Amino acid sequence: MDKKDREILELLENNSRLRYEQIAAMLDMDQTEVENRVKELEEKRLIVKYHSLINWEKAGQETVSALIEVKVTPQRGSGFDDIAERIYRFPEVKTVYLMSGSYDISVLIEGKTMKEVAFFVATKLATVEEVQGTATHFVLKKYKQEGVILEDKEDDRRLVISP
Amino acid sequence: MINWTDKLSPQVKSIPPSGIRRFFDLVSEMKGVISLGVGEPDFVTPWHVREACIYSLEKGYTMYTSNWGLLELREEIARHLYNNYKVAYEPRNEVLVTVGVSEGMDLALRALLAPGDEVLVPEPCYVSYAPCTSMAGGTPVPILTSAENDFRVTAAEIKEKITPKTKVIILSYPNNPTGATISREELMEIAKVVKKHDLVVISDEIYDKLTYEGEHTCFASLPAMKNRTILLNGFSKAYAMTGWRLGYACGHPEVIAHMTKIHQYTMLCAPVTAQMAALEALQNGTDEMLKMVAEYDRRRKLVLKGFSEIGLSCFEPKGAFYAFPSIKNTGLSSEEFAERLLMEAKVATVPGSVFGVNGQGHIRCSYAASVENLTEAIDRMDKFLKKLSFCGEEACG
Ligand SMILES: Cc1ncc(COP(=O)(O)O)c(C=O)c1O
Repeated sequence: MDKKDREILELLENNSRLRYEQIAAMLDMDQTEVENRVKELEEKRLIVKYHSLINWEKAGQETVSALIEVKVTPQRGSGFDDIAERIYRFPEVKTVYLMSGSYDISVLIEGKTMKEVAFFVATKLATVEEVQGTATHFVLKKYKQEGVILEDKEDDRRLVISP
Repeated sequence: MINWTDKLSPQVKSIPPSGIRRFFDLVSEMKGVISLGVGEPDFVTPWHVREACIYSLEKGYTMYTSNWGLLELREEIARHLYNNYKVAYEPRNEVLVTVGVSEGMDLALRALLAPGDEVLVPEPCYVSYAPCTSMAGGTPVPILTSAENDFRVTAAEIKEKITPKTKVIILSYPNNPTGATISREELMEIAKVVKKHDLVVISDEIYDKLTYEGEHTCFASLPAMKNRTILLNGFSKAYAMTGWRLGYACGHPEVIAHMTKIHQYTMLCAPVTAQMAALEALQNGTDEMLKMVAEYDRRRKLVLKGFSEIGLSCFEPKGAFYAFPSIKNTGLSSEEFAERLLMEAKVATVPGSVFGVNGQGHIRCSYAASVENLTEAIDRMDKFLKKLSFCGEEACG
């Protein structure tokens, strides 16, 4: 990966809907070169997915998210990886991180209701053999996600014409 | 009833109203306009700067400062100029904190000019230079730089306009409205003329950080030029701080003291809240500033490519955030073109003629706008240009 690749990734990370021709113009590149590079970045899974950040709450769709601290006993050979995999294979699980500090694995779960989430933790997560304990924290309000402040769209407050 | 016409200063009356004003009124009444007419960043001031200002308010920084500005800020400005350009200013008597470059320009001209003194103003340029010169009692002498030379003023063009009354020349690179930058070599040639004719240079370098190709040369950093130069700069553009109204002037202690005399009676000092914020910007703002610069550069390339694809000829601007394409082949004047582009395609630009007679035949397009808006604006301009050439002159109006 070189400087051009990095610049392409930076642009796409911020706005995945940019067109090849726009990227090409902004980076002073040939459009086919951009296309080829993006394809390669996709194949190498440096670009993992193009997605949209949606404010479901505003869309009137009630969802419940919870951050779960999981303490586990690491396994000989695979450490935390196999346990993490057992957890992240569940589609309800949105994010899984291995953490330093007082617990080991951080799991973000989304469900329709609190009950559904709690049930999932009790039946699926807590019952994994290596899991020593869990602490569930429900998300009450999302202020900022993936670097984006959800509510405030800073309007353009400038005068339309100025010297 | 009082007759104001009799009361008002004839000198101020003689200054024509700004050409931008009429356009502003036109645009303000319209909806759905994409504006490329804005002369300021589309970023808000970075949060760490705003936060530092809030903190300063909480701590009770609400008083006057020294007329010169906070010493700590002047020291930081001096350090910054030294690190960037190796020009060493003494913070105690060679740096004055002003209310923007706008005030700095006014102070410099008023501190220098006696009635009849001539000020060379290379045009096209920022709109305030000539009026401020007149209001300070001087006579602005435009130098009409040529489009062929991308509107960079040359030593020869300067020489031609020098008379025994010439006292000052205003330089402004990177330039508003053209986006032109100037090389060290070209400035060296100018410096020779300046020295030979014993001129003072007021160098408005507010866009210095917004230089995309090559390096910006600070005029005061040229050999023997520091003592002849009043360097003006500020926080408006690089740090996205236009509304804070903060800038600075640097120069020889004698002229800075003279400027400070005017400043102390007319302004007292620059607002302390803005000074505290500026301190934070200089100390911790480089990373975010460079990110903004990189972003402008991408948009610059996007706009240039877009213009060339729709057949709008434009020399490559290498600084600031303006492109200054020529619209001469449409047969319309700048004003007609900009007005019709606004009315028929809902894209606001500024007619080049506002910035000097030789800006005629050009429009100023600011690319301090989002990528989506720039792309949409270029699309609209494309359709507009096609309609123009399809209709010919008489058929459509
Ligand atoms: C060339 C130039 N000088 C000065 C200014 C005014 O700067 P300030 O906000 O520091 O007064 C501007 C603003 O557009 C400008 O373009």
